[in-house]
Amino acid sequence: MTAALALGDDALVLSHRLGEWAGHAPVLEEEVALANIALDLLGQARVLLSLAGDEDELAYLREERAFRNVQLVEQPNGDFAHTIARQLYFSTYQELLYERLARGTGPFAPLAAKAVKEVAYHRDHAEHWTLRLGDGTDESHERMRRGLDALWRFTGELFEPVEGCDVEWDTLHDAWLTRITSVLERATLTVPEGPRRGGWAAGAGRQGLHTEPFGRMLAEMQHLHRSHPGATW
Amino acid sequence: MVTPRPPATPRPPASGTTLTPLEEELLRLAGSVPDPELPMVSLAELGVMRGLRLLGPGRVEVELTPTYTGCPALESMATDIERVLHDHGVPEVAVRTVLSPPWTTDAISAEGRRKLAESGIAPPAPREAAAGGPVPVALAVRCPHCGSTETELLSRFSSTACKALRRCAACGEPFDHFKEL
Repeated sequence: MTAALALGDDALVLSHRLGEWAGHAPVLEEEVALANIALDLLGQARVLLSLAGDEDELAYLREERAFRNVQLVEQPNGDFAHTIARQLYFSTYQELLYERLARGTGPFAPLAAKAVKEVAYHRDHAEHWTLRLGDGTDESHERMRRGLDALWRFTGELFEPVEGCDVEWDTLHDAWLTRITSVLERATLTVPEGPRRGGWAAGAGRQGLHTEPFGRMLAEMQHLHRSHPGATW
Repeated sequence: MVTPRPPATPRPPASGTTLTPLEEELLRLAGSVPDPELPMVSLAELGVMRGLRLLGPGRVEVELTPTYTGCPALESMATDIERVLHDHGVPEVAVRTVLSPPWTTDAISAEGRRKLAESGIAPPAPREAAAGGPVPVALAVRCPHCGSTETELLSRFSSTACKALRRCAACGEPFDHFKEL
């Protein structure tokens, strides 16, 4: 089931990336917040991947090319502002997507109806930090701008239609851009101008093509399960 | 990863059907299990018990709904329910996770809210009173220690995903707030 893999892999991979902040976040509250967001996403990934097959096999035994997540979620954490930029782009998208899926009658409706309420808090968290960093010091503003600019080229892929999701992708994109524009304006930032589609844009994760850091992330994520199959504690 | 996942095709829910006296008794027993992370409230008071069905002699299916999709307490809830029902003579217990309709904080009973507040956790506000959708920010949250409404948000995520961290301006104490969901 292509769509279950696409949505499940988005949640799984971003969950793992956020988990990498454990022990490294700038303040304790953020350490806890990012881990909680990661946990929500892991819960969503388990339900979604279980719709496609065995959750453990799918998470721990697939090769890089078999993952269907968008390239945005696999991007390394960077500094805190970079992670917040990734969170802002993705959680805004995920909330709008789940809202639409929750209204439908497809196989994702029950999960989407539940998870959209969790994601609303993720988006709220990302917006709060975007405002605080963007409208903060010169240094925090600059770092937030850099994060937003660097990840901009990965945002076009979010709106490539996923087979099996009954969603109007164009209106989803418009709603996303409206929200992002409004947050960035309030944060005294500007919407990046770089390309998001075409030759210079990134994004073929849905086809199984991933960026170079993803392989290293997977190696770490899958290491324990592959070295000790069936390990428990 | 022992908790069964919801099947692709929904089955008729165990809830909504009339319970036999035995089923009612078993549901009461299962619902009396304390929440693993908030042991001051029972699963029934938390509102996560969705139903119970006697499938045959000594065979029972329990339906449980998670507070949050990734709630790590779900597996130990299932284990605790199994143990309680085993102890009361039901050899075969299957705990099934259901997502729909999604759990909301409105499912926490009045008694559950009272016990949360008593333990220093500000209970969630009723959601219909919360303006602006799933992330209500306008409502004052009362300090569970001194009762003041002069409290501020420190972090949207606290010791568990379901709680936010706040601080009271009047008495200076930090406290957890069970977020509206």
